[in-house]
Amino acid sequence: MDALAVSPNVLWVFAAICAALLCASAISALLARGAGRDGHRELRLRVRSWWLMVAVFAAALTLHRNLTLIFFAFVSFLALKEYLSLIPTRRSDRRVLFWAYLTIPAQYVWVGMEWYGMFIIFLPVYVFLFLPLRMVLVGETTEFLRAAGTLHWGLMTTVFSISHVAFLLVLPEARNPVAGGAGLVLYLVLLTESNDIAQYLWGKSLGRRKILPKVSPNKTWAGFLGGVVTVTVLAVMLAPYLTPLDPLHAGVAGALVGTGGFVGDVVISAVKRDIGVKDSGALIPGHGGILDRIDSLTYTAPLLFHYLRYLSF
Amino acid sequence: MIRALRWLFFAVVARLIVLVVLGLNVRHRERLPTSGPAIIVGNHNSHLDTLVLMTLLPLGLLPRVRPVAAADYFLGKGLLSWFAINIVGILPLERRPVRGMDPLAACSSALTQGDILILYPEGTRGEPEELGAFKSGIAHLAARCPEAQTIPVYMKGLGKALPKGEGLLVPFFCDVFVGEALRCDGNRRTYMASLQAAYEALAQEAGDRRPLRVTAMPPT
Repeated sequence: MDALAVSPNVLWVFAAICAALLCASAISALLARGAGRDGHRELRLRVRSWWLMVAVFAAALTLHRNLTLIFFAFVSFLALKEYLSLIPTRRSDRRVLFWAYLTIPAQYVWVGMEWYGMFIIFLPVYVFLFLPLRMVLVGETTEFLRAAGTLHWGLMTTVFSISHVAFLLVLPEARNPVAGGAGLVLYLVLLTESNDIAQYLWGKSLGRRKILPKVSPNKTWAGFLGGVVTVTVLAVMLAPYLTPLDPLHAGVAGALVGTGGFVGDVVISAVKRDIGVKDSGALIPGHGGILDRIDSLTYTAPLLFHYLRYLSF
Repeated sequence: MIRALRWLFFAVVARLIVLVVLGLNVRHRERLPTSGPAIIVGNHNSHLDTLVLMTLLPLGLLPRVRPVAAADYFLGKGLLSWFAINIVGILPLERRPVRGMDPLAACSSALTQGDILILYPEGTRGEPEELGAFKSGIAHLAARCPEAQTIPVYMKGLGKALPKGEGLLVPFFCDVFVGEALRCDGNRRTYMASLQAAYEALAQEAGDRRPLRVTAMPPT
Protein backbone atom coordinates (compact mmCIF):
# COMPACT_ATOMS: atom_id res chain seq x y z
CA MET A 1 0.00 0.00 0.00
CA ASP A 2 1.62 3.22 -1.14
CA ALA A 3 0.92 6.77 -0.09
CA LEU A 4 -2.78 7.60 -0.39
CA ALA A 5 -3.43 4.29 -2.08
CA VAL A 6 -6.41 3.52 0.13
CA SER A 7 -9.56 2.47 -1.59
CA PRO A 8 -11.94 5.28 -2.60
CA ASN A 9 -14.59 3.59 -0.44
CA VAL A 10 -12.56 4.47 2.67
CA LEU A 11 -12.45 8.12 1.60
CA TRP A 12 -16.21 8.13 0.91
CA VAL A 13 -16.93 6.79 4.36
CA PHE A 14 -14.74 9.51 5.86
CA ALA A 15 -16.72 12.05 3.86
CA ALA A 16 -19.92 10.62 5.35
CA ILE A 17 -18.41 10.87 8.86
CA CYS A 18 -17.61 14.55 8.21
CA ALA A 19 -21.20 15.13 7.10
CA ALA A 20 -22.47 13.52 10.33
CA LEU A 21 -20.08 15.65 12.39
CA LEU A 22 -21.29 18.79 10.59
CA CYS A 23 -24.83 17.89 11.68
CA ALA A 24 -23.59 17.35 15.25
CA SER A 25 -21.82 20.74 15.22
CA ALA A 26 -24.94 22.44 13.90
CA ILE A 27 -27.18 20.80 16.53
CA SER A 28 -24.83 21.66 19.37
CA ALA A 29 -24.59 25.28 18.13
CA LEU A 30 -28.42 25.51 18.01
CA LEU A 31 -28.75 24.00 21.49
CA ALA A 32 -26.14 26.41 22.83
CA ARG A 33 -28.01 29.42 21.40
CA GLY A 34 -31.16 28.40 23.22
CA ALA A 35 -29.48 27.65 26.52
CA GLY A 36 -27.31 30.72 27.20
CA ARG A 37 -23.63 31.18 27.71
CA ASP A 38 -22.55 28.05 29.58
CA GLY A 39 -25.26 25.75 28.28
CA HIS A 40 -24.20 22.49 26.68
CA ARG A 41 -20.53 23.38 27.08
CA GLU A 42 -19.68 19.70 27.58
CA LEU A 43 -21.45 18.78 24.34
CA ARG A 44 -19.68 21.50 22.36
CA LEU A 45 -16.30 20.38 23.75
CA ARG A 46 -17.14 16.81 22.94
CA VAL A 47 -18.06 17.53 19.30
CA ARG A 48 -14.95 19.66 18.86
CA SER A 49 -12.79 16.83 20.19
CA TRP A 50 -14.53 14.42 17.78
CA TRP A 51 -13.48 16.63 14.85
CA LEU A 52 -9.88 16.53 16.01
CA MET A 53 -9.88 12.78 16.63
CA VAL A 54 -11.46 12.05 13.23
CA ALA A 55 -8.90 14.31 11.51
CA VAL A 56 -5.94 12.60 13.19
CA PHE A 57 -7.37 9.12 12.60
CA ALA A 58 -8.13 9.87 8.94
CA ALA A 59 -4.61 11.18 8.35
CA ALA A 60 -3.04 8.20 10.11
CA LEU A 61 -5.17 5.69 8.22
CA THR A 62 -4.92 7.12 4.70
CA LEU A 63 -1.35 8.44 4.42
CA HIS A 64 0.85 5.39 4.97
CA ARG A 65 0.59 1.88 6.40
CA ASN A 66 3.47 2.38 8.86
CA LEU A 67 1.98 5.67 10.00
CA THR A 68 -1.20 3.81 10.93
CA LEU A 69 0.83 1.28 12.95
CA ILE A 70 2.73 4.06 14.74
CA PHE A 71 -0.58 5.81 15.47
CA PHE A 72 -2.06 2.74 17.16
CA ALA A 73 1.22 2.05 19.01
CA PHE A 74 0.97 5.60 20.35
CA VAL A 75 -2.65 5.03 21.39
CA SER A 76 -1.48 1.92 23.29
CA PHE A 77 1.31 3.94 24.90
CA LEU A 78 -1.07 6.70 26.05
CA ALA A 79 -3.57 4.16 27.36
CA LEU A 80 -0.96 2.10 29.24
CA LYS A 81 0.56 5.26 30.70
CA GLU A 82 -2.85 6.45 31.84
CA TYR A 83 -3.59 3.04 33.38
CA LEU A 84 -0.24 2.83 35.20
CA SER A 85 -0.68 6.41 36.46
CA LEU A 86 -4.08 5.51 37.94
CA ILE A 87 -3.31 2.22 39.66
CA PRO A 88 -1.07 1.97 42.71
CA THR A 89 2.35 0.72 41.63
CA ARG A 90 5.28 -0.38 43.79
CA ARG A 91 8.34 1.80 43.71
CA SER A 92 10.51 -1.32 43.43
CA ASP A 93 8.83 -2.19 40.12
CA ARG A 94 10.15 0.83 38.19
CA ARG A 95 12.32 -1.32 35.96
CA VAL A 96 9.53 -3.85 35.49
CA LEU A 97 7.21 -1.05 34.32
CA PHE A 98 9.88 0.11 31.90
CA TRP A 99 9.95 -3.39 30.38
CA ALA A 100 6.17 -3.28 30.17
CA TYR A 101 6.41 -0.10 28.06
CA LEU A 102 8.98 -1.80 25.80
CA THR A 103 6.43 -4.49 24.87
CA ILE A 104 4.54 -1.84 22.86
CA PRO A 105 7.11 -1.32 20.09
CA ALA A 106 7.76 -5.07 20.01
CA GLN A 107 4.07 -5.95 19.62
CA TYR A 108 3.59 -3.45 16.77
CA VAL A 109 6.76 -4.68 15.05
CA TRP A 110 5.20 -8.16 14.94
CA VAL A 111 2.14 -6.53 13.35
CA GLY A 112 4.34 -4.72 10.82
CA MET A 113 6.07 -8.04 9.98
CA GLU A 114 2.62 -9.63 9.55
CA TRP A 115 3.90 -12.36 11.91
CA TYR A 116 0.57 -13.60 13.27
CA GLY A 117 2.01 -16.44 15.39
CA MET A 118 4.23 -14.11 17.40
CA PHE A 119 1.61 -11.33 17.54
CA ILE A 120 -0.94 -13.64 19.13
CA ILE A 121 1.28 -15.27 21.80
CA PHE A 122 3.82 -12.57 22.65
CA LEU A 123 1.84 -10.82 25.41
CA PRO A 124 -0.32 -13.69 26.70
CA VAL A 125 2.62 -16.12 26.88
CA TYR A 126 6.11 -14.63 26.77
CA VAL A 127 5.46 -11.31 28.50
CA PHE A 128 3.15 -13.05 30.98
CA LEU A 129 6.04 -15.35 31.92
CA PHE A 130 8.82 -12.75 31.76
CA LEU A 131 7.51 -9.84 33.86
CA PRO A 132 7.01 -11.88 37.07
CA LEU A 133 10.55 -13.21 36.59
CA ARG A 134 11.82 -9.63 36.40
CA MET A 135 9.85 -8.85 39.57
CA VAL A 136 11.38 -11.82 41.37
CA LEU A 137 14.83 -10.55 40.43
CA VAL A 138 13.97 -7.29 42.22
CA GLY A 139 13.11 -9.40 45.25
CA GLU A 140 10.14 -7.49 46.71
CA THR A 141 7.37 -9.94 47.70
CA THR A 142 4.92 -7.61 49.47
CA GLU A 143 1.89 -7.13 47.18
CA PHE A 144 3.64 -9.27 44.54
CA LEU A 145 0.50 -10.90 43.19
CA ARG A 146 -1.43 -7.64 43.00
CA ALA A 147 1.45 -5.94 41.16
CA ALA A 148 1.94 -8.79 38.68
CA GLY A 149 -1.80 -9.22 38.13
CA THR A 150 -2.69 -5.57 37.61
CA LEU A 151 0.28 -5.03 35.29
CA HIS A 152 -0.63 -7.97 33.08
CA TRP A 153 -4.30 -6.98 32.97
CA GLY A 154 -3.26 -3.50 31.84
CA LEU A 155 -0.99 -4.85 29.10
CA MET A 156 -3.68 -7.19 27.79
CA THR A 157 -6.22 -4.37 27.64
CA THR A 158 -4.16 -1.48 26.37
CA VAL A 159 -1.55 -3.23 24.20
CA PHE A 160 -2.77 -6.71 23.22
CA SER A 161 -6.40 -5.76 22.52
CA ILE A 162 -5.66 -2.47 20.78
CA SER A 163 -2.96 -4.03 18.59
CA HIS A 164 -5.75 -6.15 17.03
CA VAL A 165 -7.02 -2.99 15.32
CA ALA A 166 -3.60 -2.63 13.72
CA PHE A 167 -3.46 -6.28 12.65
CA LEU A 168 -6.71 -5.81 10.68
CA LEU A 169 -4.71 -3.41 8.51
CA VAL A 170 -2.15 -6.01 7.45
CA LEU A 171 -4.60 -8.81 6.66
CA PRO A 172 -4.20 -9.84 2.98
CA GLU A 173 -5.69 -7.15 0.72
CA ALA A 174 -6.75 -9.72 -1.86
CA ARG A 175 -9.41 -11.15 0.48
CA ASN A 176 -11.08 -7.76 0.87
CA PRO A 177 -11.00 -6.27 -2.64
CA VAL A 178 -13.55 -3.53 -1.86
CA ALA A 179 -11.46 -1.65 0.71
CA GLY A 180 -8.42 -3.64 1.92
CA GLY A 181 -7.11 -3.61 5.49
CA ALA A 182 -7.81 0.10 5.95
CA GLY A 183 -11.48 -0.61 5.22
CA LEU A 184 -11.61 -3.22 7.99
CA VAL A 185 -9.95 -0.85 10.48
CA LEU A 186 -12.41 1.88 9.59
CA TYR A 187 -15.34 -0.58 9.84
CA LEU A 188 -14.31 -1.64 13.36
CA VAL A 189 -13.54 1.83 14.70
CA LEU A 190 -16.61 3.48 13.13
CA LEU A 191 -18.99 0.78 14.41
CA THR A 192 -17.45 0.88 17.90
CA GLU A 193 -17.63 4.65 18.26
CA SER A 194 -21.13 4.82 16.70
CA ASN A 195 -22.21 2.22 19.24
CA ASP A 196 -20.89 4.38 22.09
CA ILE A 197 -22.78 7.40 20.78
CA ALA A 198 -25.96 5.45 19.95
CA GLN A 199 -26.06 3.83 23.42
CA TYR A 200 -25.65 7.26 24.99
CA LEU A 201 -28.40 8.86 22.87
CA TRP A 202 -30.90 6.00 23.30
CA GLY A 203 -30.18 5.91 27.03
CA LYS A 204 -30.63 9.68 27.41
CA SER A 205 -33.90 9.79 25.47
CA LEU A 206 -35.67 6.54 26.42
CA GLY A 207 -33.62 4.98 29.20
CA ARG A 208 -35.41 4.13 32.42
CA ARG A 209 -34.53 0.69 33.78
CA LYS A 210 -30.94 0.54 34.95
CA ILE A 211 -28.94 -2.37 33.64
CA LEU A 212 -25.92 -2.45 36.00
CA PRO A 213 -26.69 0.10 38.73
CA LYS A 214 -23.74 -0.88 40.93
CA VAL A 215 -21.12 -0.46 38.22
CA SER A 216 -22.44 2.26 35.95
CA PRO A 217 -25.60 4.00 37.20
CA ASN A 218 -26.18 5.85 33.91
CA LYS A 219 -26.43 2.72 31.75
CA THR A 220 -29.96 1.57 30.91
CA TRP A 221 -31.55 -1.34 29.07
CA ALA A 222 -32.93 1.04 26.43
CA GLY A 223 -29.46 2.45 25.82
CA PHE A 224 -27.90 -0.98 25.50
CA LEU A 225 -30.56 -2.50 23.22
CA GLY A 226 -30.99 0.67 21.17
CA GLY A 227 -27.23 0.75 20.62
CA VAL A 228 -27.07 -2.89 19.54
CA VAL A 229 -29.94 -2.46 17.05
CA THR A 230 -28.53 0.80 15.65
CA VAL A 231 -25.03 -0.57 15.18
CA THR A 232 -26.36 -3.81 13.64
CA VAL A 233 -28.24 -1.81 11.02
CA LEU A 234 -25.16 0.35 10.41
CA ALA A 235 -22.96 -2.76 10.12
CA VAL A 236 -25.20 -4.26 7.43
CA MET A 237 -25.34 -0.96 5.53
CA LEU A 238 -21.57 -0.38 5.56
CA ALA A 239 -20.43 -3.97 4.97
CA PRO A 240 -20.55 -3.98 1.14
CA TYR A 241 -18.33 -0.88 0.98
CA LEU A 242 -15.72 -1.84 3.56
CA THR A 243 -15.74 -5.62 4.15
CA PRO A 244 -16.13 -8.99 2.42
CA LEU A 245 -19.11 -9.85 4.71
CA ASP A 246 -22.55 -10.80 3.39
CA PRO A 247 -25.57 -9.12 5.04
CA LEU A 248 -26.25 -11.93 7.54
CA HIS A 249 -22.62 -12.10 8.70
CA ALA A 250 -22.47 -8.32 8.84
CA GLY A 251 -25.53 -8.26 11.08
CA VAL A 252 -23.84 -10.67 13.48
CA ALA A 253 -20.70 -8.49 13.37
CA GLY A 254 -22.84 -5.48 14.33
CA ALA A 255 -24.44 -7.31 17.25
CA LEU A 256 -20.99 -8.47 18.35
CA VAL A 257 -19.66 -4.89 18.33
CA GLY A 258 -22.77 -3.56 20.09
CA THR A 259 -22.56 -6.13 22.89
CA GLY A 260 -18.76 -6.18 23.15
CA GLY A 261 -18.60 -2.38 23.17
CA PHE A 262 -21.05 -2.24 26.04
CA VAL A 263 -19.06 -4.81 28.03
CA GLY A 264 -15.74 -3.01 27.42
CA ASP A 265 -17.33 0.23 28.60
CA VAL A 266 -18.69 -1.21 31.86
CA VAL A 267 -15.51 -3.18 32.59
CA ILE A 268 -13.41 0.01 32.44
CA SER A 269 -16.16 1.71 34.51
CA ALA A 270 -15.73 -0.98 37.17
CA VAL A 271 -11.96 -0.42 37.16
CA LYS A 272 -12.42 3.36 37.57
CA ARG A 273 -14.94 2.78 40.35
CA ASP A 274 -12.48 0.47 42.09
CA ILE A 275 -9.73 3.09 41.87
CA GLY A 276 -12.13 5.87 42.84
CA VAL A 277 -11.97 8.20 39.83
CA LYS A 278 -14.72 9.42 37.50
CA ASP A 279 -12.61 9.93 34.40
CA SER A 280 -9.40 8.09 33.58
CA GLY A 281 -7.68 11.36 32.69
CA ALA A 282 -8.10 14.78 31.10
CA LEU A 283 -6.41 14.24 27.74
CA ILE A 284 -9.48 14.70 25.51
CA PRO A 285 -11.66 17.73 26.39
CA GLY A 286 -15.29 16.69 26.94
CA HIS A 287 -14.45 12.98 26.86
CA GLY A 288 -12.03 12.47 29.77
CA GLY A 289 -8.95 10.36 29.31
CA ILE A 290 -7.85 8.10 26.47
CA LEU A 291 -9.12 5.02 28.34
CA ASP A 292 -12.58 6.61 28.52
CA ARG A 293 -12.55 6.85 24.73
CA ILE A 294 -11.11 3.43 23.87
CA ASP A 295 -12.75 1.37 26.64
CA SER A 296 -15.21 -0.27 24.26
CA LEU A 297 -12.49 -0.86 21.66
CA THR A 298 -10.59 -3.08 24.10
CA TYR A 299 -13.42 -5.61 23.68
CA THR A 300 -14.62 -5.00 20.15
CA ALA A 301 -11.15 -5.10 18.52
CA PRO A 302 -10.20 -8.69 19.41
CA LEU A 303 -13.81 -9.91 19.05
CA LEU A 304 -14.38 -8.50 15.57
CA PHE A 305 -10.83 -9.36 14.46
CA HIS A 306 -11.18 -13.06 15.25
CA TYR A 307 -14.70 -13.15 13.84
CA LEU A 308 -13.50 -11.68 10.53
CA ARG A 309 -10.38 -13.82 10.47
CA TYR A 310 -12.44 -16.99 11.00
CA LEU A 311 -14.93 -16.10 8.28
CA SER A 312 -12.81 -14.55 5.56
CA PHE A 313 -9.05 -14.94 6.05
CA MET B 1 24.78 30.42 20.17
CA ILE B 2 24.26 29.24 23.75
CA ARG B 3 20.97 31.16 23.87
CA ALA B 4 19.82 29.40 20.72
CA LEU B 5 20.81 26.03 22.20
CA ARG B 6 18.89 26.85 25.36
CA TRP B 7 15.82 27.84 23.34
CA LEU B 8 16.10 24.67 21.24
CA PHE B 9 16.43 22.49 24.33
CA PHE B 10 13.29 23.89 25.93
CA ALA B 11 11.31 24.18 22.69
CA VAL B 12 12.01 20.61 21.57
CA VAL B 13 13.68 18.25 24.07
CA ALA B 14 12.04 19.47 27.28
CA ARG B 15 8.59 19.70 25.67
CA LEU B 16 8.97 16.23 24.15
CA ILE B 17 9.88 14.74 27.53
CA VAL B 18 7.29 16.64 29.53
CA LEU B 19 4.33 16.63 27.13
CA VAL B 20 4.76 13.38 25.18
CA VAL B 21 6.78 10.96 27.30
CA LEU B 22 5.17 12.12 30.54
CA GLY B 23 2.00 14.11 29.87
CA LEU B 24 0.59 16.78 32.19
CA ASN B 25 -2.83 17.50 33.63
CA VAL B 26 -2.62 21.17 34.57
CA ARG B 27 -5.30 22.66 36.85
CA HIS B 28 -5.68 26.51 36.97
CA ARG B 29 -3.11 27.24 34.27
CA GLU B 30 -4.45 30.82 34.07
CA ARG B 31 -2.89 31.59 37.47
CA LEU B 32 0.66 31.35 36.09
CA PRO B 33 2.54 34.65 35.79
CA THR B 34 2.68 36.33 32.39
CA SER B 35 5.59 38.57 33.31
CA GLY B 36 8.23 39.08 35.99
CA PRO B 37 9.16 39.71 38.68
CA ALA B 38 7.75 36.56 40.16
CA ILE B 39 8.76 33.59 42.30
CA ILE B 40 7.35 30.24 41.24
CA VAL B 41 7.45 27.95 44.24
CA GLY B 42 7.46 24.21 43.66
CA ASN B 43 7.53 21.05 45.72
CA HIS B 44 10.72 19.19 44.83
CA ASN B 45 10.81 15.45 44.15
CA SER B 46 12.68 15.02 40.90
CA HIS B 47 15.02 16.65 38.41
CA LEU B 48 11.96 16.70 36.15
CA ASP B 49 10.31 19.36 38.35
CA THR B 50 12.34 22.14 36.76
CA LEU B 51 11.64 20.89 33.22
CA VAL B 52 7.91 20.77 34.00
CA LEU B 53 7.75 24.24 35.56
CA MET B 54 9.74 25.73 32.69
CA THR B 55 7.49 24.04 30.12
CA LEU B 56 4.40 25.54 31.76
CA LEU B 57 5.60 29.03 30.88
CA PRO B 58 5.52 30.28 27.28
CA LEU B 59 8.81 30.12 25.34
CA GLY B 60 8.80 33.89 25.01
CA LEU B 61 9.47 34.19 28.75
CA LEU B 62 12.39 31.73 28.63
CA PRO B 63 15.18 34.36 28.80
CA ARG B 64 13.58 35.67 32.01
CA VAL B 65 13.21 32.30 33.78
CA ARG B 66 15.92 31.32 36.28
CA PRO B 67 15.67 28.16 38.39
CA VAL B 68 17.42 28.61 41.73
CA ALA B 69 19.63 25.56 42.31
CA ALA B 70 22.08 24.31 44.93
CA ALA B 71 25.59 25.56 44.17
CA ASP B 72 27.21 22.58 45.93
CA TYR B 73 25.32 20.07 43.76
CA PHE B 74 25.37 21.70 40.34
CA LEU B 75 28.60 23.69 40.18
CA GLY B 76 32.01 22.26 39.44
CA LYS B 77 31.02 18.88 38.02
CA GLY B 78 32.17 19.27 34.40
CA LEU B 79 29.38 18.58 31.94
CA LEU B 80 26.57 18.78 34.51
CA SER B 81 27.79 22.17 35.61
CA TRP B 82 28.02 23.44 32.01
CA PHE B 83 24.51 22.16 31.27
CA ALA B 84 23.01 23.59 34.46
CA ILE B 85 24.51 27.04 33.96
CA ASN B 86 24.14 27.49 30.20
CA ILE B 87 21.14 25.44 29.12
CA VAL B 88 18.93 25.31 32.21
CA GLY B 89 20.16 28.78 33.20
CA ILE B 90 20.33 28.15 36.94
CA LEU B 91 20.95 30.79 39.55
CA PRO B 92 23.33 29.07 42.00
CA LEU B 93 22.44 29.30 45.68
CA GLU B 94 24.91 28.57 48.48
CA ARG B 95 23.08 26.19 50.81
CA ARG B 96 25.67 26.67 53.61
CA PRO B 97 26.80 30.28 53.33
CA VAL B 98 29.88 31.43 55.20
CA ARG B 99 29.52 34.19 57.75
CA GLY B 100 29.12 37.68 56.37
CA MET B 101 28.07 36.68 52.87
CA ASP B 102 24.54 37.29 51.55
CA PRO B 103 23.30 34.07 49.94
CA LEU B 104 20.20 35.74 48.48
CA ALA B 105 22.00 38.66 46.75
CA ALA B 106 21.90 37.07 43.27
CA CYS B 107 18.23 36.08 43.65
CA SER B 108 17.03 39.49 44.77
CA SER B 109 18.98 41.30 42.06
CA ALA B 110 17.46 38.96 39.44
CA LEU B 111 13.99 39.81 40.79
CA THR B 112 14.80 43.50 40.64
CA GLN B 113 15.57 43.04 36.94
CA GLY B 114 12.13 41.51 36.47
CA ASP B 115 13.15 37.85 36.24
CA ILE B 116 10.96 34.87 37.13
CA LEU B 117 12.64 32.63 39.69
CA ILE B 118 11.84 28.98 40.25
CA LEU B 119 12.46 28.05 43.85
CA TYR B 120 12.12 24.88 45.91
CA PRO B 121 11.82 25.88 49.58
CA GLU B 122 12.26 22.25 50.66
CA GLY B 123 15.89 22.76 49.66
CA THR B 124 16.30 19.21 48.34
CA ARG B 125 14.37 16.57 46.40
CA GLY B 126 13.97 14.38 49.48
CA GLU B 127 11.94 11.20 49.54
CA PRO B 128 9.87 10.48 46.41
CA GLU B 129 6.33 11.93 46.57
CA GLU B 130 6.84 13.36 50.08
CA LEU B 131 6.55 17.03 50.95
CA GLY B 132 9.41 18.08 53.25
CA ALA B 133 9.70 21.06 55.56
CA PHE B 134 9.87 24.50 53.91
CA LYS B 135 12.93 26.56 54.75
CA SER B 136 12.30 30.20 55.50
CA GLY B 137 14.84 31.68 53.06
CA ILE B 138 12.03 32.31 50.59
CA ALA B 139 10.32 34.64 53.07
CA HIS B 140 13.49 36.74 53.33
CA LEU B 141 13.62 36.96 49.54
CA ALA B 142 9.94 37.84 49.18
CA ALA B 143 10.21 40.48 51.91
CA ARG B 144 13.12 42.14 50.06
CA CYS B 145 11.18 42.24 46.77
CA PRO B 146 7.59 43.11 47.68
CA GLU B 147 6.72 43.78 44.01
CA ALA B 148 7.37 40.13 43.11
CA GLN B 149 4.33 37.86 43.29
CA THR B 150 4.74 34.31 44.59
CA ILE B 151 2.91 31.52 42.76
CA PRO B 152 2.75 28.18 44.57
CA VAL B 153 2.69 25.12 42.29
CA TYR B 154 2.02 21.61 43.53
CA MET B 155 3.29 18.74 41.36
CA LYS B 156 2.31 15.12 41.77
CA GLY B 157 3.69 12.01 40.10
CA LEU B 158 7.14 13.22 39.06
CA GLY B 159 8.76 11.44 42.00
CA LYS B 160 7.38 8.24 40.49
CA ALA B 161 8.71 9.02 37.02
CA LEU B 162 12.26 9.93 38.05
CA PRO B 163 12.96 9.83 41.80
CA LYS B 164 16.20 10.90 43.46
CA GLY B 165 19.02 8.44 42.85
CA GLU B 166 17.48 6.85 39.73
CA GLY B 167 18.70 7.35 36.19
CA LEU B 168 15.86 5.60 34.35
CA LEU B 169 12.81 7.66 33.43
CA VAL B 170 9.54 5.69 33.58
CA PRO B 171 6.58 7.45 31.91
CA PHE B 172 3.63 8.50 34.10
CA PHE B 173 0.98 11.17 33.66
CA CYS B 174 1.65 13.93 36.20
CA ASP B 175 -0.74 16.38 37.85
CA VAL B 176 0.10 20.05 38.28
CA PHE B 177 -1.98 22.34 40.50
CA VAL B 178 -1.30 26.08 40.29
CA GLY B 179 -2.23 28.16 43.32
CA GLU B 180 -3.26 31.82 43.61
CA ALA B 181 -0.53 34.44 43.70
CA LEU B 182 0.67 35.71 47.10
CA ARG B 183 2.65 38.78 48.03
CA CYS B 184 4.82 39.57 51.02
CA ASP B 185 3.80 42.78 52.80
CA GLY B 186 6.93 42.73 54.94
CA ASN B 187 5.79 40.31 57.60
CA ARG B 188 7.69 37.11 56.94
CA ARG B 189 5.69 35.04 59.42
CA THR B 190 2.32 35.76 57.81
CA TYR B 191 3.89 35.19 54.39
CA MET B 192 5.19 31.75 55.44
CA ALA B 193 1.82 30.92 57.01
CA SER B 194 -0.10 31.86 53.86
CA LEU B 195 2.34 29.91 51.68
CA GLN B 196 1.85 26.92 53.92
CA ALA B 197 -1.94 27.31 53.77
CA ALA B 198 -1.78 27.58 49.98
CA TYR B 199 0.20 24.34 49.78
CA GLU B 200 -2.17 22.53 52.10
CA ALA B 201 -5.11 23.62 49.94
CA LEU B 202 -3.36 22.47 46.74
CA ALA B 203 -2.39 19.13 48.30
CA GLN B 204 -5.99 18.65 49.35
CA GLU B 205 -7.22 19.48 45.85
CA ALA B 206 -4.77 16.85 44.58
CA GLY B 207 -6.27 14.32 46.99
CA ASP B 208 -3.18 14.23 49.22
CA ARG B 209 -3.02 14.95 52.91
CA ARG B 210 0.48 15.88 53.86
CA PRO B 211 1.31 17.77 57.01
CA LEU B 212 3.66 20.55 56.06
CA ARG B 213 6.28 21.68 58.53
CA VAL B 214 7.93 25.06 58.31
CA THR B 215 11.45 25.49 59.58
CA ALA B 216 11.52 27.72 62.65
CA MET B 217 11.87 31.36 61.67
CA PRO B 218 14.94 33.09 63.14
CA PRO B 219 14.16 36.15 65.30
CA THR B 220 13.94 39.22 63.12
